[in-house]
Amino acid sequence: MTTIDLGLPGLAGVPTTDEPQKAKDYKSDQEVRWCPGCGDYVVLNAVQSFLPSLGLRRENIVFISGIGCSSRFPYYMNTYGMHSIHGRAPAIATGLATARPDLSVWVVTGDGDALSIGGNHLIHTLRRNVNLKILLFNNRIYGLTKGQYSPTSEPGKVTKSTPMGSLDYPFNPVSLALGAEATFVGRALDSDRAGLTEVLRQAAEHRGSALVEIYQNCPIFNDGAFDVLKEAGEAERRLIPLEHGKPIRFGAEGEYGVIRSGFGSLAVAKVSEVGADALVVHDSHTEDPSYAFALSRLSTQDLSHTVTGVFRSVSRPTYDDQARAQVDDAKATRPADLDTLLRGKDTWTVIA
Amino acid sequence: MSTGVDGGTAATGTPRAAAVTKLDRVVIRFAGDSGDGMQLTGDRFTSEAAAFGNDLSTMPNFPAEIRAPQGTIPGVSSFQVHFADYDILTPGDRPDVLVAMNPAALKANIADLPAGGTLIVNTDEFVKRNLTKVGYAVNPLEDDSLAAYQVHQVAMATITQGALADTGLGKKDAERCKNMFALGLLSWMYHRPTEGTERFLREKFAKKPDIAEANVLAFRAGFYYGETTEAFAVTYEVAPAKLAPGTYRQITGNTALAYGIVAAAQQSKLPVLLGTYPITPASDILHELSKYKQFGITTFQAEDEIAGICAALGASYGGALGVTSTSGPGVALKSETIGLGVMTELPLLVIDVQRGGPSTGLPTKTEQADLLQAMFGRNGESPVPIVAPQSPADCFAAAIEATHIALKYRTPVLLLSDGAVANGSEPWLIPDAADLPDLTVEFATEPNSPDGSTFWPYLRDPETLARAWAVPGTPGLQHRIGGLEKADGTGNISYEPDNHDRMVRLRQAKIDNIPVPDLAVDDPTGKARVLVLGWGSSYGPIGAACRRVRKLGHSVAQAHLRNLNPFPANLGDVLRSYDKVVVPEMNLGQLALLLRGKYLVDVVSYTKVAGLPFKAEELQNVLTDIVKGVDAG
Ligand SMILES: Cc1ncc(C[n+]2csc(CCOP(=O)(O)OP(=O)(O)O)c2C)c(N)n1
Ligand code: SF4
Ligand SMILES: [Mg+2]
Repeated sequence: MTTIDLGLPGLAGVPTTDEPQKAKDYKSDQEVRWCPGCGDYVVLNAVQSFLPSLGLRRENIVFISGIGCSSRFPYYMNTYGMHSIHGRAPAIATGLATARPDLSVWVVTGDGDALSIGGNHLIHTLRRNVNLKILLFNNRIYGLTKGQYSPTSEPGKVTKSTPMGSLDYPFNPVSLALGAEATFVGRALDSDRAGLTEVLRQAAEHRGSALVEIYQNCPIFNDGAFDVLKEAGEAERRLIPLEHGKPIRFGAEGEYGVIRSGFGSLAVAKVSEVGADALVVHDSHTEDPSYAFALSRLSTQDLSHTVTGVFRSVSRPTYDDQARAQVDDAKATRPADLDTLLRGKDTWTVIA
Repeated sequence: MSTGVDGGTAATGTPRAAAVTKLDRVVIRFAGDSGDGMQLTGDRFTSEAAAFGNDLSTMPNFPAEIRAPQGTIPGVSSFQVHFADYDILTPGDRPDVLVAMNPAALKANIADLPAGGTLIVNTDEFVKRNLTKVGYAVNPLEDDSLAAYQVHQVAMATITQGALADTGLGKKDAERCKNMFALGLLSWMYHRPTEGTERFLREKFAKKPDIAEANVLAFRAGFYYGETTEAFAVTYEVAPAKLAPGTYRQITGNTALAYGIVAAAQQSKLPVLLGTYPITPASDILHELSKYKQFGITTFQAEDEIAGICAALGASYGGALGVTSTSGPGVALKSETIGLGVMTELPLLVIDVQRGGPSTGLPTKTEQADLLQAMFGRNGESPVPIVAPQSPADCFAAAIEATHIALKYRTPVLLLSDGAVANGSEPWLIPDAADLPDLTVEFATEPNSPDGSTFWPYLRDPETLARAWAVPGTPGLQHRIGGLEKADGTGNISYEPDNHDRMVRLRQAKIDNIPVPDLAVDDPTGKARVLVLGWGSSYGPIGAACRRVRKLGHSVAQAHLRNLNPFPANLGDVLRSYDKVVVPEMNLGQLALLLRGKYLVDVVSYTKVAGLPFKAEELQNVLTDIVKGVDAG
């Protein structure tokens, strides 16, 4: 059986196994050392529970991370893995994925790792569409270095390094990824196991770069950052879950929806006022990234409207597939004789 | 291809009117505006010399700007070629012949031409505007300022345009061919074979046959001009050199380096991933390797140097041969990843084609000032082997050696080339692929822990101290590596004090124990009391200087370091067996610092950082003074 038979084109070339797997098979023998209550635990469990469903050989899965609390992730996975250096995981994974089509390569990174020091690698990886799955753990804070504000922190944030409040305007990671024309962009909440698993599944199926932003609570340095998205009564009117092919509708009673508004942008409206027919039917395959971008802009980063699910999933040739195709093509059509190469065109011979 | 003898006949084959003088060596410098095609002209002359069987050595010298303002001194581009009937070591200190295509080229280069030297000028450019541009109040061709030289004034542009009058080519296009006219003239003067250049031109301009023919015509016009005008009373012959038997080609350092990587790929049976970012003078390695995908080479032009080396390291992690190429500023950016390579103990070839620094420095000029960066430019105790080629052709073997060390010892290796080696060229005795060393690696396939149950990535080979290397995809050997300190053996994260101390020492010992060949000393009389020790591209000028010092009747010993980390085991003994050790370097004494620190030998550091290779004459004087002093004392 191949991953194609399984309907997972994103994993084409990665060997599968018929042996049933359990979440436990993906746990390494290393003690997990995040703080009690850290959102990272939940994500780790979700990933370990989800991976068996792919039916891949464990030895063909690799997790590459940068530096940060979240980047300890690979140590806890019983797969191959590399805990690398701050911000560089996408670049390392690019080399690995290009060299090895038979691997399923996952990147684990934080908001600081991916968007400060590693911002450049992130956008270039996304534009190249390297076949990688990038899990961006966004706790809107630098956890490992003990609580400085991050490029996703809300303006005015008071932290150890910003006693009078931070001055920077934050990135919206989903908007950023879409600006780089990422072919797959999704978002999930650490606490929403089902939603997270669904986004992970679709990311795995996608061939190309998949960026999954995961809102992750850091109880030590930024506790409750996403509480409004978890509280009954608040969550329903803020969270906008996407489902491909379905009208975008939310609220406790489904009383809100997303409609088209102005020049290519979208807005939230009361269904009672605009009518159900006015609601946008979500099409994650929309070629023009402006649509998904507009979805990511329904509110500022104040979480008043937070879209989750898969924003965009479109097909574009991947960098690594094309790089390998060029090598294969050259191998098939050009002679590779070292002696001929070394001799070149112009030689002369000195006789003894 | 042509052999030395039959390649020597000139295109015309007609007898020459001019007298023929035999020379053992000649240095020619072509100088003109950046847009005048001097690099191409020099390159072609070099190829002719190579085809003829001379030994040769070249030195291109060009501005960092692509097109500096026309006719200005900063816009001057030159190419020096030294060819001889014996084995030469350098591109030559000074030209015997200077070809100056414009006043700026004359002004920038004339000081290097010794009295009595031949000067060939393109008079067409010596007009008021061009003269004032470079500060000539009077036309130097019209006063006696050039009286010390044998000056040949040739209206190259005018004659070229005349020769191309019937081709229908526009005046500007015709004028552009004047560099080929100059090449033709010089080819006639030095009895060079011409068919190679004509073939080259037709291939180069295959898509524009009229331009190809115009260049061929201009080239021939130059040749016939020499033959028919009687302006040149003498022509010169430089016989083929008696090099070691075998088949040769001309090669630049960057090309040789790229070929070395192709060979290393073949000999290791590993695919190569070159992750890199363009930078002078290293970019040609990328350009060259991008042509060799059929050898299993993938080139990845990354978003920056960090991504380049990271991709290479990622590929190495996956069991490929990761290579990254750059110059000094790029090495600075790569330091952290080199450290990760040291910690994860993965093979990685890091090529630094050094240029003038610090910062952006002198992008197109040469320097050897990255030695300490290569040696120590990382946080923590982070030893890496360093290999430095001594000449353009030597880059091939150096690349293979560096790859061999990287693969065998699972370590990043720094290969220190430089601008002079990278862009310079010389004849290369082409090796047989069958004679190249076997570089195959064995990946781990079985659990290796003492109880046989799991894989321990940091169990070492007791002899090499290299760790076991299992690549992703190997069943049952799943493991994690990373930049955090490892527990000896298991490779799990460890903050244990004694373990860290042990691991730091193990990593150091692994590099220190890499066997490198003993340092060979060249001392023909066996009586030398002074040793000259160099490294990298200064091999040529140091060797040439030693020959001269010896010709003057003195004894001097010469040795050259190719392995800068670890040093050859006998280095300390060699240093201590001379009264004085002179270390010439194109930096402020970086090797000298290492030698003093490691061996407590107070070497004499002779340094120059002018962006140019040492001149043999300069080193000759330095060495002669020191040798005389020691012998007198
Ligand atoms: C080159 C470098 N600079 C700085 C650091 C220090 N550092 C480690 S993690 C980190 C920020 C991590 O933040 P984030 O990526 O959000 O991860 P989190 O800990 O929040 O999961 C910093 C600044 C480092 N390890 N390396
Ligand atoms: S500091 Fe925050 S992010 Fe880091 S482990 Fe603790 S809770 Fe998790
Ligand atoms: Mg964070």
